Amino acid sequence: MAGSLERGAGAAEPVPAVESPFRRFAADYSANGIALAALLTVVVLALLAILAPWIAPQNPYDLTQISIFDNMLSPSERSLEGKLFLLGTDDQGRDMLSAMIYGLKLSLFVGAASTAIALAVGVSLGVVAAYFGGLIDSVIMRLVDLQLSFPAILIALILLALLGKGVDKVILALTLVQWAYYARTVRGNALVERRREYIEAAHCLALPRRRIIFRHLLPNCMAPLIVVATVQVAHAISLEATLSFLGVGVPITEPSLGLLIANGYKYILSGKYWVSFFPGLLLLATILSINLVGDHLRDLLNPRLKR
Amino acid sequence: MLAFVLRRLGQSAFVIVAMAALVFLSVYAIGNPIDILLAPDADQQERAAAIARLGLDRPLWQQFLTFLVNLAQGDLGKSFVFGSDAVSLILARLPATLELALVALVLAIVAGIPLGILAGLRSDGWIGRGVMTGSIVGFSLPNFWLGIMMILLFAVELKWLPAGGRGATGTFLGLQFSLLDPAGWPNLLMPALTLAIYKVSLVIRLAYAGTREAMLQDYVRFARAKGLSPARIIGVHVLKNILIPIVTVLGLELGSMIAFAVVTETVFAWPGVGKLLIDSIARLDRPVIVAYLIIVVGMFTLINLAVDILYSILDPRVRLADGGH
Amino acid sequence: MTAALQVSNLETHFFTRAGVVKAVDGVSFSIARGEVLGLVGESGSGKTLTALSILGLVDPPGKIVAGSIRLGDEELTGLSERSWRAIRGKRIAMIFQDPMMTLNPVLRIETQMIEAVLAHAVMSKDNARQRCREALARVGIPSPDERLTAYPHQFSGGMRQRVAIAIALLHSPDVLIADEPTTALDVTIQAQIVAEVQKLAAATGTAILWVTHDLAVVSGLSDRLAVMYAGRIVEEGPTTEVLARPAHPYTQGLLRSLPVNNQRGRRLNQIPGSTPSLLRLPPGCPFAPRCEARQEDCVSTRPPESQHGTERRLRCFHPLGEVSP
Repeated sequence: MAGSLERGAGAAEPVPAVESPFRRFAADYSANGIALAALLTVVVLALLAILAPWIAPQNPYDLTQISIFDNMLSPSERSLEGKLFLLGTDDQGRDMLSAMIYGLKLSLFVGAASTAIALAVGVSLGVVAAYFGGLIDSVIMRLVDLQLSFPAILIALILLALLGKGVDKVILALTLVQWAYYARTVRGNALVERRREYIEAAHCLALPRRRIIFRHLLPNCMAPLIVVATVQVAHAISLEATLSFLGVGVPITEPSLGLLIANGYKYILSGKYWVSFFPGLLLLATILSINLVGDHLRDLLNPRLKR
Repeated sequence: MLAFVLRRLGQSAFVIVAMAALVFLSVYAIGNPIDILLAPDADQQERAAAIARLGLDRPLWQQFLTFLVNLAQGDLGKSFVFGSDAVSLILARLPATLELALVALVLAIVAGIPLGILAGLRSDGWIGRGVMTGSIVGFSLPNFWLGIMMILLFAVELKWLPAGGRGATGTFLGLQFSLLDPAGWPNLLMPALTLAIYKVSLVIRLAYAGTREAMLQDYVRFARAKGLSPARIIGVHVLKNILIPIVTVLGLELGSMIAFAVVTETVFAWPGVGKLLIDSIARLDRPVIVAYLIIVVGMFTLINLAVDILYSILDPRVRLADGGH
Repeated sequence: MTAALQVSNLETHFFTRAGVVKAVDGVSFSIARGEVLGLVGESGSGKTLTALSILGLVDPPGKIVAGSIRLGDEELTGLSERSWRAIRGKRIAMIFQDPMMTLNPVLRIETQMIEAVLAHAVMSKDNARQRCREALARVGIPSPDERLTAYPHQFSGGMRQRVAIAIALLHSPDVLIADEPTTALDVTIQAQIVAEVQKLAAATGTAILWVTHDLAVVSGLSDRLAVMYAGRIVEEGPTTEVLARPAHPYTQGLLRSLPVNNQRGRRLNQIPGSTPSLLRLPPGCPFAPRCEARQEDCVSTRPPESQHGTERRLRCFHPLGEVSP
């Protein structure tokens, strides 16, 4: 029977060249044109926000650069001094393009910062709940349930109504409405991973608990977290814009994209569209490209959809 | 079934008491309730009367009991701005919001399920990819901006629809409903559409995922082997299976729609509770805010309960597992 | 007399991104009225796909690319979807492997049976229900009236498979395809189901194609046996002959690996290696890499089909022993 162990010609497949997991992932990701374009858009928008002071034609927060006589100029109109306003000006005479770039900066910052903090809080609580179980788990998860049974917009709205306006307060409110998603995601995954052999092996080696949780358990729960976090950044940006539109978000002195749209709202009925239209378009492009990246990541990281 | 309902009722009661405690603590324990519940220009006599009525000179747990008793009697104070009872103020505005949310919900179902099923059946073709990309756009559209742009297009430029307000309504059981008067429909259309768009995307995704999953199941293959028409297979076998998650999620989303109506009502000046809440926040009319919170939270809890019961009716496996068979 | 079902040179291929998978690669067989043909093979040998091809249920990217399927005097390949639907469930019926999966979990048994009746017969719902009742009684389901209104999860696995059989036999089909219908069941239930199908088919003259990987099940059931490997039938003949004197080394390997042919305490005999990838079949006999009797010509040339006597067919250059007529 020894002879039959030799594999026939059909079984001999070419051994693929060794490639790093990251390279392979990058190649898989790039296979989808829309997702690649979305990722590039996100990168460009982020660069635009970071380089705002050097790119924007004027500093919209610097009152000395703004002239009230330039107010409500329509797109491509020139001021009396001949300055060109590509996307027009708002009711203060601010250059819309500059205000949008600075607004984007603020929106992205709020979205990223609140997601990062919520991620840290949620992941810690979720892992702790899954790892320890029992009463700790019940208390944390009841909190998560309670939190998730109320719409984020409502919680954030009431919180900000109590706390008042401010970038820091918006970040706090957005953190509070987000942490539960991460806690639930991490706990679900950690519960599955905890029973795997490598965790048992780590226990047998008598590794410290903290090391088991953060070096062994957590890295294996990353894939779904990345997806949730990506989508949540988009959600946080959208929520911040909504809160600012409702007048409980960022202060009027540092307008985010949402507040810019709100400023333009009162001019809509007179047909002066640009103050609302352009910031909204930029906001949509930002949220949409992040969501497209998240959606594609979800498909790639979901083993059930693997072909 | 009865045991199941009773257990869920118990949970709901717990959530309501927990929320009432949270609201109570944030109003009474953190701030000074007199500042929150009394208008800033109230005189010394009014303050003394309020302190006595609310029992603010007594220990915290007694105050909480008083708060609960007042709550049970529907007494959450008077609006500073309107001078009338905050709870009745909310209740008077509630039908407008509920009508908006329900119409949006129906729109989401009517548009979302067929599109999602279609995309699920053609998931590899351009129809499927187009619908699914469209649903991501729907998820990403900032709701208030969409509303503003619709006003710009349909009210300002084309002048087809009114820019805001509720318009004509018909009366039923003493309540006003836009649906009852065709003259009120144009006013309802844009707000409902704006509110629905996010949920349409959600329903599309649920129906898409459900259809793809169901089409791979053996029961679909067996149904085909029986010689059933595609219409029957999709309309009965697939639909009934995907409806279970959709109804569950949508029921829970009804609550979020009522909350999100805050935005839509602000954009379209729709006279519902959401607009009232935003106005009250702007005017620091705290009794109304507190009343809104308590009532809306109570509604969420009831909706969640109703969805759970509906779910158990829809899915025979859950129903019987709980009935002790 | 014409066979109930005559399949000749059937080829069903899958057009995937990685290449063309020849899942069914030139399969021929026929079944007479009232006869049971056992189609045996490992998973991935193409037996289930052969069955689905006969029902016209091959989904893209799969496609019947060549060959003929004759039901009585009627050619089925090339039929429109509509005509094929008229045949499915009426003249050719199928039961599947897992009875937990083939019945839709959220529809009553009644719904799933009546729709099968009405798909091919014009009658009132009441009459259809009466027919379902009789069908359930025929497959030995007690108190069919009550059971009609039940849901699938209220039945045991064996009962569910009986329901599936009752549905399949509703229209007394010419051909019944049974795709491993007993694999998911307990051994005692297996025997009951086999006996049930045999009895019912004999009563109506239904020809049966019994697809399985389990030689033990078909040995007591089928009149003839066809052994499939890598998309082709490698050996066919009367069941008793094939079992007593297997000519193909693969058939012999299958027989040797049966637990009854092994002794306690010794390792089970198994065929070394695994089924080849259908994407890249070797140029010679697909079984050659695993074959003990392999010689030069097996590796280079694909063995053609040879007829031995009137009853036995074989695809092997070096059959074991003398192939009896």
